[in-house]
Amino acid sequence: MQNSELKIGDKIFTSRLFTGTGKFSSSALMEEALLASGSELVTVALKRVDAQNHEDDILKHLAHPQFNLLPNTSGVRTAKEAVFAAQMAREALETNWLKLEIHPDPKYLLPDPIETLKAAEELVKLGFIVLPYVHADPVLCKRLEEVGVAAVMPLGSPIGSNKGLRAKDFLEIIIAQSKVSVIVDAGIGAPSHAAEAMEMGADAVLVNTAIAVAGDPVRMAVAFRKAVEAGRMAYEAKLAKPSGLAMASSPLTAFLEEE
Amino acid sequence: MELIVNNKTEKLQNGNKLSAMLLQLNLLDKRGIAVAVNNAVISKPDWEEFELKENDKITIIRPTQGG
Repeated sequence: MQNSELKIGDKIFTSRLFTGTGKFSSSALMEEALLASGSELVTVALKRVDAQNHEDDILKHLAHPQFNLLPNTSGVRTAKEAVFAAQMAREALETNWLKLEIHPDPKYLLPDPIETLKAAEELVKLGFIVLPYVHADPVLCKRLEEVGVAAVMPLGSPIGSNKGLRAKDFLEIIIAQSKVSVIVDAGIGAPSHAAEAMEMGADAVLVNTAIAVAGDPVRMAVAFRKAVEAGRMAYEAKLAKPSGLAMASSPLTAFLEEE
Repeated sequence: MELIVNNKTEKLQNGNKLSAMLLQLNLLDKRGIAVAVNNAVISKPDWEEFELKENDKITIIRPTQGG
């Protein structure tokens, strides 16, 4: 029994678990965990080359046909910097897909909504498939949809916090009214959080820290894969509604007392 | 000529082409590299012909781990 496929831009995904590549203790472990996760969309960051010190080539570890790369603009503080980073990313990785993230404050890494909207509008015009990382702000997500982003990526809770869906009430509104895909990004710390997001009707989740820093990242990747599949399947199967009153699931013929 | 490459001063030994600078830095054949000169992205097919000027600011990036 298969879940429905997810289409974003020109790509079709069978896995609704997107993954980041940060914080793994080694590139080999990253590769193994990402393969185990079943992920088909994998984020990468950009950094300045150190000409004296040629480090490990991450692309070597991501050279699998199922991995589509999603470069991010982490490190930029303004829309102008984001557009420059996007153009560099497109050049470096030969993809017009972009995770737009503008978080000027390193302490909480919260995305700047004004710069993000400005950058998204310009990047869409430049032909990018834009997936913006945003606060769980339904109004902002609508505005981003209007300027032509391919999906929105609202946070569950702050990046790397592992706190789960603290923004749940607002994520529900975003999911209810969005015409583009909703990918819950940031804060997902456990497979149960991922399953919860999927049961709510999120189209996908993006997980990085929770897999990368787990005691066994490969097993954790599998756990997330199963949770995302289960959560999506539950959503498609239509969950039973919660009720304020008890509802018997067995017949209430009190047969023990009957003579 | 002197150039600023990723905020460090580099002396270009041969000619004035961007490709010569990248060759000198052992980056010419490296995959996943993007280059900008004075904040304008220069596409790979143009590296060979692009002429640098004294004190041009070159930015070279590559992908790395990130979420």
